[in-house]
Amino acid sequence: MSFQITLTLNGTAREIALDDTRVTLLDLLRERLEMPGTKKGCDRGQCGACTVLVDGRRINSCLTLAATLDGAEVTTIEGLARGDALHPVQQAFIDNDGLQCGYCTPGQIMSAVGLIAEGTAGDDPERIREGMSGNICRCAAYHGITLAVRQAARQMDNDPKGDAA
Amino acid sequence: MPDTLTRFGSNSGQPTTRRDGIAKVTGQATFAADNHPEGMLHAVYVPAGIARGRVAHLEVEAARAHPGVTHVITPGNRPDLPGDPDAKPTRFSFRIEVLQDDTVRYAGQPIALVLAETLEAATEGARLLAPRYEAEPPRTGLDDNAPFAVEEPGFGAPGDTVHGDPEAGHAAAATSIDATYDTPPQYHNAMESHAVVAQWDGDRLTLDTPSQALAMSCAAYAHLFGIEAADITLRSPYLGGGFGSKAIPNGPMVLAILAAREAGRPVKLSLTRRQMFGPVGHRGATRQRLRLGCDADGRLTVIDHETLAATSTFETFLESASNASQGLYASSAIRSAHQGVRLDVGTPGPMRAPGEASGSAALECAMDELAQAAGIDPLEFRLRNYAETEPGTGKPYSSKALRECYARGAEAFGWADRPARPGTMRSTDGKLVGWGMGTAFFPSPMFAAEARATLRADGSATLETGGADMGQGAWTALAQIAADGIGLPLDRVELRSGLSTLPDGGVAGGSGHTATAGGALHSAGGDVVRQLSELASGQPDSPLFGAGNATFEARGGRLQIAGDDGRGDAFADILARAGLSELTGSGSASRPDADSRDYAMNSHGAVFAEVAVDPDLGQIRVRRLVGAFAAGRIVNPRLAESQLMGGMIWGLSFALHEAAVHDPRSGRILNADLAEYRVPVNADVQGLEVITVEEDDPHVNALGIKGVGEIGITGTVGAIANAVWHATGTRVRRFPIGLADLLAAE
Amino acid sequence: MKPFDFVQPRSARDAVAQWGPDAAYLGGGTNLVDLMKTGALQPARVIDVTRLPGLDRIEVAADGAVRIGALVRNADLARDADFAVRAPMVAEALLAGASGQLRNAATLGGNLMQHTRCPYFMEPDAACNRRAPGTGCDAIGGAWDNAAILGHAPSCIATNPSDLCVPLAALDAVVEVEGPDGARDIALEELHRLPGDAPERETTLAPGELIVALRLPAEAAAFAGHARYLKVRERTSYAFALVSAAAAMRLEGGRIAEARLALGAVAAKPWRARTAEKMLAGQPPGPDLFARAAEAALAGAAPAEGNGWKIDLARRTAARALAAAAAGTPERMPALPASPFSLSEDLSHA
Repeated sequence: MSFQITLTLNGTAREIALDDTRVTLLDLLRERLEMPGTKKGCDRGQCGACTVLVDGRRINSCLTLAATLDGAEVTTIEGLARGDALHPVQQAFIDNDGLQCGYCTPGQIMSAVGLIAEGTAGDDPERIREGMSGNICRCAAYHGITLAVRQAARQMDNDPKGDAA
Repeated sequence: MPDTLTRFGSNSGQPTTRRDGIAKVTGQATFAADNHPEGMLHAVYVPAGIARGRVAHLEVEAARAHPGVTHVITPGNRPDLPGDPDAKPTRFSFRIEVLQDDTVRYAGQPIALVLAETLEAATEGARLLAPRYEAEPPRTGLDDNAPFAVEEPGFGAPGDTVHGDPEAGHAAAATSIDATYDTPPQYHNAMESHAVVAQWDGDRLTLDTPSQALAMSCAAYAHLFGIEAADITLRSPYLGGGFGSKAIPNGPMVLAILAAREAGRPVKLSLTRRQMFGPVGHRGATRQRLRLGCDADGRLTVIDHETLAATSTFETFLESASNASQGLYASSAIRSAHQGVRLDVGTPGPMRAPGEASGSAALECAMDELAQAAGIDPLEFRLRNYAETEPGTGKPYSSKALRECYARGAEAFGWADRPARPGTMRSTDGKLVGWGMGTAFFPSPMFAAEARATLRADGSATLETGGADMGQGAWTALAQIAADGIGLPLDRVELRSGLSTLPDGGVAGGSGHTATAGGALHSAGGDVVRQLSELASGQPDSPLFGAGNATFEARGGRLQIAGDDGRGDAFADILARAGLSELTGSGSASRPDADSRDYAMNSHGAVFAEVAVDPDLGQIRVRRLVGAFAAGRIVNPRLAESQLMGGMIWGLSFALHEAAVHDPRSGRILNADLAEYRVPVNADVQGLEVITVEEDDPHVNALGIKGVGEIGITGTVGAIANAVWHATGTRVRRFPIGLADLLAAE
Repeated sequence: MKPFDFVQPRSARDAVAQWGPDAAYLGGGTNLVDLMKTGALQPARVIDVTRLPGLDRIEVAADGAVRIGALVRNADLARDADFAVRAPMVAEALLAGASGQLRNAATLGGNLMQHTRCPYFMEPDAACNRRAPGTGCDAIGGAWDNAAILGHAPSCIATNPSDLCVPLAALDAVVEVEGPDGARDIALEELHRLPGDAPERETTLAPGELIVALRLPAEAAAFAGHARYLKVRERTSYAFALVSAAAAMRLEGGRIAEARLALGAVAAKPWRARTAEKMLAGQPPGPDLFARAAEAALAGAAPAEGNGWKIDLARRTAARALAAAAAGTPERMPALPASPFSLSEDLSHA
């Protein structure tokens, strides 16, 4: 079954022709659009490595059929920085060493951006831990991740548009 | 200037942020499966759905007929593999499963491979093979087969060791315990599953695949494919976690490479999460019996540690858990012994702190039980049995700041306020609270590595070694060491690594990579500095002319007479005078045999844990972990702290979370996923504190580095288990400790 | 994954018309797509109902009843202030489920239709009467220790894993469906079936019927001041329940005027404990009463597969949820929703 969808991908409108309804957003990005920044950890919504924003909300791209996304706005890790200026969450992950091997990191960062936008965790470490629990880090950089999200949340609270980046 | 700076340079010791940080936070760091060469096919293999028996039938035609499928490879049509997959081309090799025949030896074993134009087609093609089996009853538990004697657990570790007279030790004991602890099968589950993108060009092979041991992997692939190792280019710039599972080539990778040769096109294979449970190693199950005794003063008269450990039906690797009791506590007698049991499981392998993690879990619980029985505080009990020299051998330690670890950890934690009786502490919200501790211990081995240094006319340098960054921070820490070796600021040094065509960077394992690869890089830089010294002292225009007999030191891109800041010369000027565009040096590192003979070399630490247990429901949460570690020289405190914390959370996971569960009928692992194989999530980790106790170790290696990759697990498992006991009064001797264990005990 | 046709109908009627025996309705995909990947479900046609108009609204009627469209995402329902104030334990249950990402995708309708987490159901190699009628049940005699303790049968020992359904059952929620034979209402308590001798019939929906909305009656809001969801699990977050309980009560003059209690992860359906509710009514709240009610809630429980500990745990969980409800609904959603480690924080009437 062939079909076509339109996506706004990291700010750019894309017409995407697909010949297979089985393609997930994750595999679309990684295997067909040469955007491998989004990672596959479990392919079953059990780890969060594939987290992207769809219409501004964090979701697991591995469980999202590409066919369902016609008209959607998708933001991936490749679309977060503005040129060389890192997003506050990206900078906070470096500052707080919220990563080790880096494989879950794109998902962690997209999840953190989504969590901060949800506005329910604030800078409370316990709420951040709960809010980030959909992203497994086997290196277990959780301490740094929590500090990074808190730093970014505070910074973005002062500068909601992220212009400081 | 502090002594350490003259000895090591000023880049080491700095809490530099990760040099690969920007690449990793922007999604630009390229992991193996991110590669997508033109014309690539996708490979998906079929994992065996039984653990023992044979494959009776595969629906090959159905798979072949699926649109997009190009190849279906089964034992019947598998292309020839020039090398024997049962042979051991390197010291660290296992028999691998590459469709030799239709025998199934464990669930998850590859039994066929499908290639297709798309991942979706390959996945469905593999499903359509719908295997039918002739199954035999699987043996997946430690009681399911007869034990056998083990001479060398792990990779050639001692199987049975006796110091002193254990029987006399038992007889002399005023207080004794006899306890048996069970540890389950655990699977590495690096977030990046094993993956390879293989491309052939005639007999030349290019591989994008994560590797903790690039040269060793190439040697194994060369053996299997009948080509020269030099004809293989293995690219492994980043590993998405390794934990021991990505050091040794495994069957699925080999099959994908073979398929690429057969197809004449590049092939990508990336394991599914489910497939991570089987052919790529795990920590095998153990049952450990510890019989400990102490005299009336609380001094150990005997440590008697027996391990029954699982391995596969076709290999021998098993957990050398009892050896954890050999080097840590002073005791008049120490006996460690191992037995194996063959099960229908994939071959276990090294998994973060192999042997030590399981062994320490049991030993630290047993020490706690004996301390309790003897009426002595657990920390005081360990101090009374502090080993000033290595137990049994009497060798001196190259360094050992364990006493300081105990003191500083206990102080930070507040251990002095711990009530002796269990079940007496409550939090304000009514939870049972318990405190426990354990000693952390891990050997400090070295492997062999080589490196190359190139200093350019502009005063910048490139340092090269085929090392591996699996998250520990090699890109950063090795660069810091390299910069010190060649006497340049960090930003003037480019590190090239993660590529098999570079000098052999050795094995990233055993907590020895920074010392080994770092040692080689430091030495290569030193070679350049030595050549610069020779050049400069022979250059009439150099301020260093004629200083050939002086001791030189290199710092900040300048060569100078040691202790004389006024007399020096810039690297760039020396090269310019010599008319050289670059200067190349080489170096290597390994441990001289004499050093191993004369000293016991280990990292040490003390871990303190506070847990809260719901008094009605038994749900457990670790509220605080404090670890104090002495691991020689810390190259980068920021990264070392992260790695130690990660290790401690692995300990938390061992104590409370992870275990693979086998279905008794099929032998399949029921929870081969990340929902039910429960590694910790962020909310499982609350207070976490790491203290590093500096050690200046002149013996362990030239850089004084002991390694921090694995020690965090040891000590932590016992500390948490002991804290659960202290909270509840219930001693659970089976890991992971779950709420059902606590409910059952009431 | 088996190839499938993909359609995006623009009306519920059209969706139902496109349905066939090999078809599946797709909401957020968090359960269906996963099970298509494992091979447990192999629809030939996927009907994406997320484009159906008007089903993404939360409407509060004048009498206080709430109607929630089937396409409302879990996260949006949980964070809807008007809803959360009326049904706080539903919000708490929603936020105790899965992860932030999954809650953003999962729909109300999809959540109600969530399949069991029994690994023998999810794994197509295993015998499972629920997935493949007549093949047997490998869970019996297997190694899954989170099986049912209530209402199970020799055919099937699966549990319903939904958090959301537990408080909904307690609050007498009603499901609105449209199907080939028109629209009808089903009490949520009647939506899921116990296995009996037909475990493959997981719900009472007729073939082709589609959930379009859920109604929470006006009376539900009367429990808002004393309502808690408690979820016991082996990880602090992002784990399915071993046992959960939704408890709510109306207190009048120091006595329980009316109580609600339902248990989760103990049976193939959310388990409403009406006998226990009757015992509670008219009594002053207290630990002894809650223990007796919990005992009554587990009457008839039997271990399915070496999981007798779950019976004890369920009893304790029910008693604790009742105690927490009696203590009062927190003013603010706890940091760890439904966790035993959040029970005493932020209490409005501690």
